[in-house]
Amino acid sequence: MSQGNQSETKPAGSGGFGTVADSSLSRRERYRRVLDLWVVAPFRVVWNDVRARIGTALVLGFVTVGVVGPALVAEPRVGQAPLLVGPFRGGIVGGSWYEVTNASLFGLSVPWLAFHWPLGTDNVGRGILEQVVHATPRMLTMVATAGLFVTLLGTTVGALAGYTGGRLDQLLSTAVDIVLTLPGLPLLLILVALLEPESPVVLGIVLSLQGWAGMARAIRSQVLTIRSTSYVEASRAMGLSTPAIVAKEIVPNIMPFVMINMVNAMRNVIFASVGLYFLGLLPFSEVVNWGVMLQLAYSNGGLLTLDAAHWLLVPMVSIILLSMGLILFAQGMDRVFNPRVRARHAETTANGGDEPAESSPRTASLGGDL
Amino acid sequence: MYGYFVKRTLQAAFTAFFVMSLSFVLVRLMPGNPADQLRGQLIRNNPSLSQQEINRRVANYINIDYSRPLHEQYLTYVSGILQGDLGQSVSQNAPVSEILGEALPWTVFAFSVAILLMFAVGISLGALMAYKEGSRFDVSTTGLGIVLNSTPNYVTALLFLYVFGFTLGWFPTSGHISSSIVPIVDPLRPVATAQFVASAVYHASLLIATVVITGFGGVALAMRGNSIQVLGEDYLRVARLRGLSDTRIALRYVARNAILPMYTGLLLAFGAIVGGSAILEQVFTYPGLGYYIVAAVEARDYPLMMGGFVLITLGVVVGAFIADVTYGLVDPRVSTGGDAS
Repeated sequence: MSQGNQSETKPAGSGGFGTVADSSLSRRERYRRVLDLWVVAPFRVVWNDVRARIGTALVLGFVTVGVVGPALVAEPRVGQAPLLVGPFRGGIVGGSWYEVTNASLFGLSVPWLAFHWPLGTDNVGRGILEQVVHATPRMLTMVATAGLFVTLLGTTVGALAGYTGGRLDQLLSTAVDIVLTLPGLPLLLILVALLEPESPVVLGIVLSLQGWAGMARAIRSQVLTIRSTSYVEASRAMGLSTPAIVAKEIVPNIMPFVMINMVNAMRNVIFASVGLYFLGLLPFSEVVNWGVMLQLAYSNGGLLTLDAAHWLLVPMVSIILLSMGLILFAQGMDRVFNPRVRARHAETTANGGDEPAESSPRTASLGGDL
Repeated sequence: MYGYFVKRTLQAAFTAFFVMSLSFVLVRLMPGNPADQLRGQLIRNNPSLSQQEINRRVANYINIDYSRPLHEQYLTYVSGILQGDLGQSVSQNAPVSEILGEALPWTVFAFSVAILLMFAVGISLGALMAYKEGSRFDVSTTGLGIVLNSTPNYVTALLFLYVFGFTLGWFPTSGHISSSIVPIVDPLRPVATAQFVASAVYHASLLIATVVITGFGGVALAMRGNSIQVLGEDYLRVARLRGLSDTRIALRYVARNAILPMYTGLLLAFGAIVGGSAILEQVFTYPGLGYYIVAAVEARDYPLMMGGFVLITLGVVVGAFIADVTYGLVDPRVSTGGDAS
């Protein structure tokens, strides 16, 4: 079968004309179509959208820093450098914050750039770049935990309430309404004082304890509308099992909401953790969060003198870039999942489902700026 | 309509009840048993006190007498809150209700002005963006909105404080009003009153600016989305075909239908932002509700913490209730009690 399908990728479709019936699809071909629908076409949409491209690049950049960074950058230690060195000491060009040296690679001597506190140091001689980089893995763990937690709980509760209806729905909806009404930060302040969480996983869960409710509500109303659409009723009449209906008809439709709410939860947990560390209400022994840097910089007069301004600005910029990356990424994903947007760019994505996307023409309209 | 009202009232009452129970549970869960801590403190400070007197004072502070059965403790706690008795603050050495009562008007004042301004700016900008959809103005404003939305408000607050407070010295960096001003609101003394109001606005201006700057982007984007959706509706085409004037279409058809969904958002924003006020008030040293909650957490002053939490939550519950009930009045679709979305 795969031989016939190979020829189908040609736009003219000369050879395997009779092999398009679903029943004759080989397993491999089916996988390829799934891959196409879920990986290739979304990737193309993302790549053609400026915002999504920036967002994806930022998020991937932070993930890279979090994974590789700590191995490349020295661990921040007290007294590892002169105190309160400014960023890019000696100027951007020809400064003394970098030097060209030789490093030995497999016995060969190659030119190498060595950096000395490129972003300056704090008042006890720890490099600012080193601190930002070494705090990143914990921040990312926390953010990922929060996203996972909120998504799992929110989707489960929302889908359950929307799909079952009746008394269970009423119960769950009341719970959701109550959780939504609780004021976030005061409750967090008290919970944090109670639990004093230090592990990023626990912190991520505690700080997103409220986030699932908004998601559950969005998912519930979305499931309610999808439930009563004709195609879902048709699959039910055909005798498809509930899991099959949920997996095939419902989940793809709620993915945009899941993405957006997940990213919102992630952003909120960044803001909340940084804010609580900044207020000095979360326990820390070393620099584990950009909020700790903000707090230290602020309490050591980062606002009052220009000497320490970089100490305050670097974590600020990191926070803004990460949350901006997440937001832009989610908007790009909206483009991938949203049926309306897909319809508008039907040439790429719709074809991606019906025949191999390689044969479909690239649409220029995807690079739209909206 | 009636059924919806009843349902909503019951829900608000239940939420309030839930919050009070939650705060009771939280006080009891507090590490190191606040009552024992206090008792130790009292015995150390005045060894001459009788055991009964100490118990009475501890109960007065915490609002809970730990020696009595659980359900009795709970009833005393809830009835105390309902009567406005939130216990005695340990760190400030004053009744919690008094401290919070003094702080509340400042928070309400600063944040109401800020939120109204934020919505005014956001809504007009969003409408303009929708009207010029796809133009350079729309694209750049959307970009700006996203950037502002990804900046935590305390970051903006710190920058403002640094630039306008410390470096340029244009605005005060702490407090409600200047120390030389008498806080007075008296129609018979208009000059003093005007001075007081002016000083209060001046001191709150950086905080207000921060909320507006970080918040209007989100409002504008929401308004833009709503407006674009309304612009695509059939009734708008009908209105145009009927030859209605542009102003009438813009105000009666587009603006009204685009703003309606944001109405509850406005009232809920009060809750969310007042709840989130803690960090901003801390940065600007603006002694409002959030400021005292943070101070209480730092000092492990449990009565003040719980008092602030209960007060803010009840405020939010009432706000959400008013929002939902009045929303039913302005938008008849909701009053059926069905899913509004």
